[in-house]
Amino acid sequence: MSRLAELRELTRVRVYAFLREPEAVFWVFVFPLVLAVVLGLAFRSARPAPSLVAVAPGEGSAALVEALGASDGLEVEPFQTEDAMRVALRRGAIDAIVEPAPGGGEPILHIDTTRTEGETARLRIVEALAAARGAPLPEPVVREQTEKGSRYIDFLFPGLIGMNLMGTGMWGIGFALADTRQKKLLRRMLVTPMRRGSFFLSFMLSRLVFLTLELAIVAGFGAWVLGVPFRGTLVAFALVSTLGALTFAGLGVLTVSRARTIEGASGLMNFVMMPMWLASGVFFSYERFPDVTIPFIKLLPLTALNDALRNVMLDGASVVGQGRELLILAVWGAVSFLVAVRIFRWE
Amino acid sequence: MGQAVDNLSGVAPPLLDAGPAVRVRGLVKRFGEVTAVAGVDFEVHRGTCLGLLGPNGAGKTTTVEMLEGLTEPDEGEVEILGLTWRRDAREIRERIGAQLQESKFPDKLRVREVLRLFRSFFRDGADIDEALETVGLAEKRDAYVKTLSGGQKQRLSIGVALLNNPEIVFLDEPTTGLDPQARRRVWEIVERVKAAGGTVLLTTHYMEEAERLADDLIIMDHGRVIARGTPAAIIATLNAESVVQFSLGAGAGRALTEEDLLALDGVNAIRREGASVVLTVRHAHEVISGLFALIEARGLALEDLRTHRPTLEDVFVSLTGKSLRDE
Repeated sequence: MSRLAELRELTRVRVYAFLREPEAVFWVFVFPLVLAVVLGLAFRSARPAPSLVAVAPGEGSAALVEALGASDGLEVEPFQTEDAMRVALRRGAIDAIVEPAPGGGEPILHIDTTRTEGETARLRIVEALAAARGAPLPEPVVREQTEKGSRYIDFLFPGLIGMNLMGTGMWGIGFALADTRQKKLLRRMLVTPMRRGSFFLSFMLSRLVFLTLELAIVAGFGAWVLGVPFRGTLVAFALVSTLGALTFAGLGVLTVSRARTIEGASGLMNFVMMPMWLASGVFFSYERFPDVTIPFIKLLPLTALNDALRNVMLDGASVVGQGRELLILAVWGAVSFLVAVRIFRWE
Repeated sequence: MGQAVDNLSGVAPPLLDAGPAVRVRGLVKRFGEVTAVAGVDFEVHRGTCLGLLGPNGAGKTTTVEMLEGLTEPDEGEVEILGLTWRRDAREIRERIGAQLQESKFPDKLRVREVLRLFRSFFRDGADIDEALETVGLAEKRDAYVKTLSGGQKQRLSIGVALLNNPEIVFLDEPTTGLDPQARRRVWEIVERVKAAGGTVLLTTHYMEEAERLADDLIIMDHGRVIARGTPAAIIATLNAESVVQFSLGAGAGRALTEEDLLALDGVNAIRREGASVVLTVRHAHEVISGLFALIEARGLALEDLRTHRPTLEDVFVSLTGKSLRDE
């Protein structure tokens, strides 16, 4: 039979194997939606929530409560004891404690400076106190707000798509390969004239078969249910996603190219994906990592994919503008695939 | 209409003018310190079935996998249909069929899907319905692999091995772990392949399987060939017509010594299996009457006495001092 028939049959078998595995279908199509819905619920409000503050007891505390309560951006929470306030602050249940200074001086602010909520609360408190005093702010504080107007879900959603492309590429291919090897089916195929290239290619092709469906479901849900903006063209989105999917398919083949068992393969895949879940800006911006690490983080394939997806979806950027990201993806994919084919363990 | 018969059996007829189907010279394979195959030579003639018989770990599977191109020999030469793996790997793969030990097809594929997949790898061969018919799985064509019994799975595996109408079929312990009924069905398939002139190389550790299917036999142990020939010729090397097995009961122990027994007329060899003594003899009736007289004279009691025609198992035990199925 022809090379094409061989490739078609190998791919067909991969597609069947996937569709007949309900767990796999869940992880590819349903899980990202569940995640998006849950996170969407948690971060649904369009307007920033008011800062929650407490006023420590002492001389002048009643005046403070009044001054702070007059601000729209602040909500004063009552507490029985000062200790309870401190516990609440430590746990992030409130954003600040305002302590009246003895002798009518400037009140003392307690905030957790590592949390943005603390910083927001500080600004609002200073503003509220200045307003109550009727005097202008002694030193207007200006903060640059890069993500102004965008909700967390808008930031998150492209990251979820990127993460899903990575997960389905790696798991979908890694598991199938490891399973085929563990069942000694690989050796069984080696006794036949099957072309090894067709074997690998069938994994890539089966990945593309589901990609369209996967993207349509996940992106459609994001756009219509969560209202995530899709400012770029469909072509740009499809191009970036397809390249990303193929890159992680290649990385998946490489990761399990030597693993003898499914267990070993799972461990390796988690080892490869974990750093990218954390560092590549899925749930939060990688700009939070120390400056020296950022050039390296930007070289990770998931970072490149997430950046490109965000640029296209949120900013409406063109594909041409994503040259650097697409190049990073292509290099990762091609190198992984070529190395994998060389070191692949057929036994 | 000879062609129709050939097609149904799923093998290609032998070419009359060609050399042996398989030729092996000085084959050696080491795994670290262990020498799995320690210098093996043999030929498989076209249209015959060669049985490789031996206990687990004898080197049968390693030998076959070197023939199938799955394992690289450390030394020696392999020629398949006059071709070598180094030069003609693809051509060999087009023309051989193999069923491997332990390899499993995906649970969630249907029988016909497995066959269609493997069929697509070959240049030419049978169609799926023929293959299903050959191995008796026609009514299971839409069943998931997961739902097949052990015997059905094994038949599917053989069906896959016959898909390209191979000139040589390698079957590595095709009936291990099957019940007698399922085993017999596999034998019938192999017999049909043979009847159509196919060449078969079969490994097994069941003597009855080897006796029934193999035209020629090679007995292996510790990576070496310890006997070869037709089953009848190998059995004839025992130079015995019968095997006499008896025991004297628990108390008697070794009341009869080897010398006592060898003194009986017609005894070739003696071995002990637990409490019983096994004599390889030329004429059973002479030995038995001598044995009765001896037991009478010593005042001993005979607890059990059996005779049977010598089998390959007897040959194997006399060559190695251990049973074929010792784990």
